[in-house]
Amino acid sequence: MSGLNGIGLVVEDHPSQPIEWDNALPILHEIRHGLHRLSGGGEPTLIDLHALPFGPGDEERLLELLGRGEVEADIDALGPTRVWETAFPGVWLVDHRNAQGERLALHIEIASVPEILRSQSEDIADALTRLDACIAAGAGAPNPPPTNA
Amino acid sequence: MAASKTLGERLREHGVSRRGFLKFCAATASMMALPPSMAPAIAAALEKARRPSVIWLSFQECTGCTESLTRSFSPTVEDLILDVISLDYHHTLQAAAGHQAEAAREQAMKENHGEYLLIVDGSLPGPDANPGYSTIAGISNYQMLKEAVAGAKAVVAVGTCAAFGGLPAAAPNPSGAVSVMDIVKDKPVINVSGCPPVPMVITGVLAQYLVFGKLPELDEYHRPLAFFGQSIHDRCYRRPFYDKGLFAESFDDEGARKGWCLYRLGCKGPSTYNACATMRWNSGTSWPVESGHPCLGCSEPKFWDAGGFYAPLSAPLGSPGNTLLAAGIAGAVVGGAAAAMARKRAAKAETERQPVKIDELEQKL
Repeated sequence: MSGLNGIGLVVEDHPSQPIEWDNALPILHEIRHGLHRLSGGGEPTLIDLHALPFGPGDEERLLELLGRGEVEADIDALGPTRVWETAFPGVWLVDHRNAQGERLALHIEIASVPEILRSQSEDIADALTRLDACIAAGAGAPNPPPTNA
Repeated sequence: MAASKTLGERLREHGVSRRGFLKFCAATASMMALPPSMAPAIAAALEKARRPSVIWLSFQECTGCTESLTRSFSPTVEDLILDVISLDYHHTLQAAAGHQAEAAREQAMKENHGEYLLIVDGSLPGPDANPGYSTIAGISNYQMLKEAVAGAKAVVAVGTCAAFGGLPAAAPNPSGAVSVMDIVKDKPVINVSGCPPVPMVITGVLAQYLVFGKLPELDEYHRPLAFFGQSIHDRCYRRPFYDKGLFAESFDDEGARKGWCLYRLGCKGPSTYNACATMRWNSGTSWPVESGHPCLGCSEPKFWDAGGFYAPLSAPLGSPGNTLLAAGIAGAVVGGAAAAMARKRAAKAETERQPVKIDELEQKL
């Protein structure tokens, strides 16, 4: 197959105009309903973007529409998780990845603070025990945090 | 063997923190097609879940189902699910071979009698067929299945071959292949169909069993409704084009380039129930329709014998000799006019086709 270069091929770098699937806009309405519930009675809402039938580019379009807000956080637990507030306060993006950086789940969380950012009640109880032990020891370096806590 | 530690304890042994566990549960909820708000309930249930024994039998199959599961690209969740079950027998994956492997299977069946989960991939020669078409260690598939089912709590048929007979059962079915549910009548059977099934659906069913300790709600074909409850068509991102009447007519026309609906290219999405449209393949990268190819309907019974892969659902079934009869059948369902239109389009495409012969191609090279 030495003569492949002789075949006249035209490669289009980009489509003449991006395809609009229109699957992102309806999510904004769902977010609006969630924000209304949060504003009215404090009820949080979770939307699993993984479960939605998005076409190529729909997710990017939605994230672009939501924009970026003031807060961003990185969590290192079972792989990285990035959390950021969108340009609409109370609307958060939670992007769960595994250790290889592959996405496990992408959620829109409509809440004052995303649940994953809160300290877990069992961890708080463990922290109290450890701090008590540290104080009882009198001084010295505090105990290291447990790796499996 | 099935250990006494709970799933929560085992995950902590893996170094999973409570935040990590919450994340794992959020991903599991997503994998199980449950609302993300179920994550705390999943966390509470998984904390207490015990490690079940699983025996995996492979009969007339191509190992594609096992490949789908083990080559999945989201290793954290799938691996954790696999880590927390006790996979006591799987002759493709286990290190033991020959009589030692069979001894491990018999031991697991004895020690976990009445409690183990039996997973089967592949169809098997039926009770009236020649058992020589498929044997393991000199034991016929039929005999091995009957023995293993006797002590199983439930049976999960993984893949279209195990669920519905699949390729081995396609006409003329030389080996007399039957599905698992053709044989098993006295135990619950869950069919996870697909050729192969979406890996997250396989692990999702296992996770559901781990979390709730019971079997999921099933459809008329014994498939879990959480994953097979909606048609490909209803969850397809190209559905708006179907509604607007915008269709690709060939694989390289303007409609195909613009990503219009593939119904007229033979897409079986309207009659196929599976989770491809939302879970996708290769770590959520894409799925057949997103790649520009119609759905083949691989998770449906008898999909190999259901007419051409590229014939529209509204087109006549069967060979040209059966056209009149088949057109009547198809017409009763979707209207004879649609069938006639499909024939007209096919004829038009045939006349407009410009084949390139290999000699002409060689001359150009």
